[in-house]
Amino acid sequence: MTHILSMLTALPILGAVVAVLVGARARMIAVATSIVALLASVGIWFSVGTSGQMVFVERALWVPDLGIEYHLGVDGLGALMLVLAALVTVISILASRSVTRQPGLYFGLVLLLESGLFGTFTALNFFHWFLYWELSLIPAFFLIRLWGGARRGPAATQFFVYTMVGSVALLLSFLALFVATGGMDFIALAHFAATGELHRLIDAHLGHVQLLLACGVLLGFAVKVPLMPFHTWLPDAYAEAPTAITILLTGAMSKMGVYGLLRIALPIFGREMFVMRNELLALALLTVVAGAWAAVVQKDLKRIFAYSSINHLGYCLLALFAILLPMAGDPARTLSASAALDGAILQIFNHGLTAATIFWFLCMMEERSGGTLALDAFGGLRKRVPVFCGLMGIALFSSLGLPGLNGFVSEFLIFRGVFPLSWQAASVAVLGLLITAAVILTVLQRVFTGPLRDRWSAMPDLTLTERIAVAPALVLMLLLGLAPQILLGVINPTVLHLIDGWRF
Amino acid sequence: MTVLPMLSAASSDAATLAWIVRNLWLIPVIPMVAAGLIALLPQPRRRTAATLAIGSLAISFLLAVTAFAHVLQHWSSGAPTREIVSIDWLSFGSSTLQMGWVLDPLAVIMLVMVTFVGSLIFIYSTGYMSHDENFTRFFCFLALFAGGMLGVIIANSLLLLFMCWEIVGLTSYLLIGFWYHKPSAAAAAKKAFLTTRVGDIFFLLGIVWLFAQTGTLLFYNHGAGAMEPAALAVLLSQHAAWGLTAAGAIALLIFAGAAGKSGQLPLHVWLPDAMEGPTPVSALIHAATMVAAGVYLVARIYPLMSAGAGPGTTTAALTVVAWIGAATALFGALVAVAQFDIKRILAYSTVSQLGYMMVGLATGGVAVGIFHLITHAFFKALLFLGAGSVIHGCHEEQDIRKMGGLRAQMPITFAAYTVGMLALSGFPIFFSGFWSKDAIVGAAHHWPVSQGPFWMLLAGALLTAFYMMRQVGYVFLGVWRGHGHAHESPAVMTVPLVILAFFAIALGLLGTPAWPWFTAFLESRTLAFDLAGFSEPGLVPMMLLASTLVFIALGVGWRLYVAADRRSDTDPDALQSASPTIFHWLESRLYFDELYQATVLRAYALCAWFSAWLDRRFWGGMVAAVACGFRVLGRCNKSVDSEWIDGGFDKGCEELTTAGGVLAWMQTARAPGYLRTLTVGLLILIAVVLIAASIAGQVKL
Repeated sequence: MTHILSMLTALPILGAVVAVLVGARARMIAVATSIVALLASVGIWFSVGTSGQMVFVERALWVPDLGIEYHLGVDGLGALMLVLAALVTVISILASRSVTRQPGLYFGLVLLLESGLFGTFTALNFFHWFLYWELSLIPAFFLIRLWGGARRGPAATQFFVYTMVGSVALLLSFLALFVATGGMDFIALAHFAATGELHRLIDAHLGHVQLLLACGVLLGFAVKVPLMPFHTWLPDAYAEAPTAITILLTGAMSKMGVYGLLRIALPIFGREMFVMRNELLALALLTVVAGAWAAVVQKDLKRIFAYSSINHLGYCLLALFAILLPMAGDPARTLSASAALDGAILQIFNHGLTAATIFWFLCMMEERSGGTLALDAFGGLRKRVPVFCGLMGIALFSSLGLPGLNGFVSEFLIFRGVFPLSWQAASVAVLGLLITAAVILTVLQRVFTGPLRDRWSAMPDLTLTERIAVAPALVLMLLLGLAPQILLGVINPTVLHLIDGWRF
Repeated sequence: MTVLPMLSAASSDAATLAWIVRNLWLIPVIPMVAAGLIALLPQPRRRTAATLAIGSLAISFLLAVTAFAHVLQHWSSGAPTREIVSIDWLSFGSSTLQMGWVLDPLAVIMLVMVTFVGSLIFIYSTGYMSHDENFTRFFCFLALFAGGMLGVIIANSLLLLFMCWEIVGLTSYLLIGFWYHKPSAAAAAKKAFLTTRVGDIFFLLGIVWLFAQTGTLLFYNHGAGAMEPAALAVLLSQHAAWGLTAAGAIALLIFAGAAGKSGQLPLHVWLPDAMEGPTPVSALIHAATMVAAGVYLVARIYPLMSAGAGPGTTTAALTVVAWIGAATALFGALVAVAQFDIKRILAYSTVSQLGYMMVGLATGGVAVGIFHLITHAFFKALLFLGAGSVIHGCHEEQDIRKMGGLRAQMPITFAAYTVGMLALSGFPIFFSGFWSKDAIVGAAHHWPVSQGPFWMLLAGALLTAFYMMRQVGYVFLGVWRGHGHAHESPAVMTVPLVILAFFAIALGLLGTPAWPWFTAFLESRTLAFDLAGFSEPGLVPMMLLASTLVFIALGVGWRLYVAADRRSDTDPDALQSASPTIFHWLESRLYFDELYQATVLRAYALCAWFSAWLDRRFWGGMVAAVACGFRVLGRCNKSVDSEWIDGGFDKGCEELTTAGGVLAWMQTARAPGYLRTLTVGLLILIAVVLIAASIAGQVKL
């Protein structure tokens, strides 16, 4: 099992090949492949242990002269991301029932995207990490471009170019790092950064450009998450993508950015981010509050939840940037920082699960409404589809942060961590909780309550198959809300290990 | 590897605790499990649903009585009356967040009250909701509510309390909006959830602050809890803004949550609208239990609220609580005078009475506030269930102008309602409300800070007796002004009324100055019957004053609403004729809703609009400008860097153009073709990066 990570990454590619070959029955292949991948990643998760160290490490010299090494490994963070990526892919594939045009290609691309995600979350050398990072972008572009909504063309182009700009900035920064240090290994670079050697090397080889390089890296991740104001591609892309693909975009791809910040930006450019901490924190707060507020005036359910996603990931960014703040008392600071990071990592998973489930429900609603997801089009659906309403309500309340469901725990930990570091930031950010609640209750009110419109008087409720399909996701929300230690038991040692290695 | 939750009892002495203490968690969990089971039932299984809900709460009641007996026995034998059990919930950094439950006199009194009143209201609901198509759903929500409320009560952790608190808020939302096809009900539900959430936002900040400062969220933990002297000393030594200590600031933040839940000014606006829910819900949630959770919360964190107070002085936090409570008490009573909806009168009365409880806590201590909470729970549940019986009997009519003379058709309801009305009015000696309210008014009189709240409470007491007389006059006395025939409700509804009426009288015996059982129990002091309790200076004159006010108010009410014979439902109200302007202001609830509409909600809409504008125009425009700028830069500047960037752009655009062409081809091509394209594309990508990397490497080497 020494090559389990390589095998896991290769598995969806294999599935993609088969899916393209069989064509019509590709969905079966995709379901089978993604479930096997999910089981494997859950297996990896349970074998990671509580050491906080990298495990399942694979190293092989590739191009020694260039410092390129095939280097894989996961810790609690990586393993959690694997599980999330696999889970979200399963949801996306299950939700893609109505794909009739070119199913072979569609599911092939989805599996290729999954492979890109797996590679991104396991690679520890920039070289192949960047390959996977880009590899995930290309299928996403085609999926939006070919199967998207009416305005898919501009949305896909914007998505691609925007993300590409971020990637180019990232690439340039890493080429500069390579020139300065002769290596591109994340672990080695982080070690250099912690000892101060990196700063010296950059000075010696390139001059005083550390901040510029940090900005390049940050831009790459800020676009992906997104951090306001680098988010303008997102609402169009989420709205125009086929809803099942939006599941992947919000559930898994947006997490690549947060992951990158944790694995790459903070360890390697922590000092530079420390210099920019106030600006970054201000942008994170903007993301939290303006993201939630912008959702209020949207007229389309997908756009509402697109902005809501910006808001939810804003809490992750808030936590990540708040830990840069200085605070008196070292043990208290470490405790707050670990609460914030535990919360942020948990939030990555919780938001991935919840947002994917909400968009899954939107998928099912789209199938029932003949494609429309306009907020004004509905009303009183609860009378006609009570089970749909009840089960979607669970997902919506999880998104709202109701205690007892998963979303609350991560938000609580983030606030526990952020408050002592900056009570001002925490006090502004709680506004986001209130606005999100207003947004979600408005959706419930406008879609499900009031008098039933004649237009929907024959809308079918969830079938038994659909109920069985969504049940595990909802049960998981409840389980993680009541017993978060299931995840935190592994996340927390990883976080402690990470913090231990960072120097700001 | 410990990835599984550490759900083991952490306290080493857990084994030595009594069975009921170790298993106290069953009291909230049993109704919650019942709610889960009911949720899985198909709609037509009405009997099963009702049986599960009532049965589960009855079991919880029996367990609560067992716990009560246990605490009583500890009290009489002089053993410690507070016992806790803690479990580890999650760990972060090097610390562990513990949760757990507490059994003490305060908790056990509330447990018995909620399970008992709750059971009666559940039984009543089987009659009241018998024709509703969503009968099973109703009992599912009720059972979930009961579980959450009982969880709030036994929580020994501020976080666990908050979690149950929010679940209670959820069920309140679901039950207010139970008749969801009515837009007004749906709107009221949303309003309730959001208004209370405004308070909860502050509450949450208070929690994280307390947690960060003390390292624990347990109330009591053998000296290491947040409500125990060591932690309080830490909080008192730290200064927050505006001359407050950290203790005072945290207490005020948490009180904001309590104010939201308990309908205190200025967050009271949701409670009257919550009457859109079915009447048993109004009785259980919006009168007897949930709205009192805020009062209970203040009582639970009383050591924090009063931290730093010496003899004859009070704290900033308690001063705020007293003033807000007094203002709310007076405001609610004033507005109740001018309402015509039978449930809205009671709703404003509840707002007012919750204000009394807050003042009682702030000026007299835990026992004074909680005694009124308990007596109020019984007589207000009685009044709401009575109102439900009236509404039921009058074919869903809620306007008191269209009722009248119901004492003949509904004798049992009338008798029970009169008991509730006299208890709420504070009719002397024979009714529980007299003793509990008098204790609060007396405590406010001895408050060292100001006599303001005392006078406000006296005015409120006068108004309370008056509006209740007005309501009874309209509804039960005089002549029938409605349509059709009113009828008495079935026994399943009237029997709970009679039981509640009994307690509305009898509970007063527990809190007389001669035999203050309630205070002694809550404070774990010894108790003896002693008539000398009445000889405390100022006590008897105070009682006489309060009684005189009640008699005056009842008399005036009788004069205006009973003696003046009303014949038609269009006759103007007696006060309306006397002073139309003031009456109109009161009838319009002093325009709080309109004020919020014009300020808070408008600002909210404006911010939302601005955020969307920022998004589309400002940031979007900026991005366009940057893209344009790069293009210009690329043309003018031939430096290596800009070539790279420009190249990146061009490359991207090229790919897009190619993609377009490929797409056109793809639409018509066969499946294996795509695979080839993908594979080739992937290989090209790998080759490009390899070459780029090796070029970079050569440059370096």
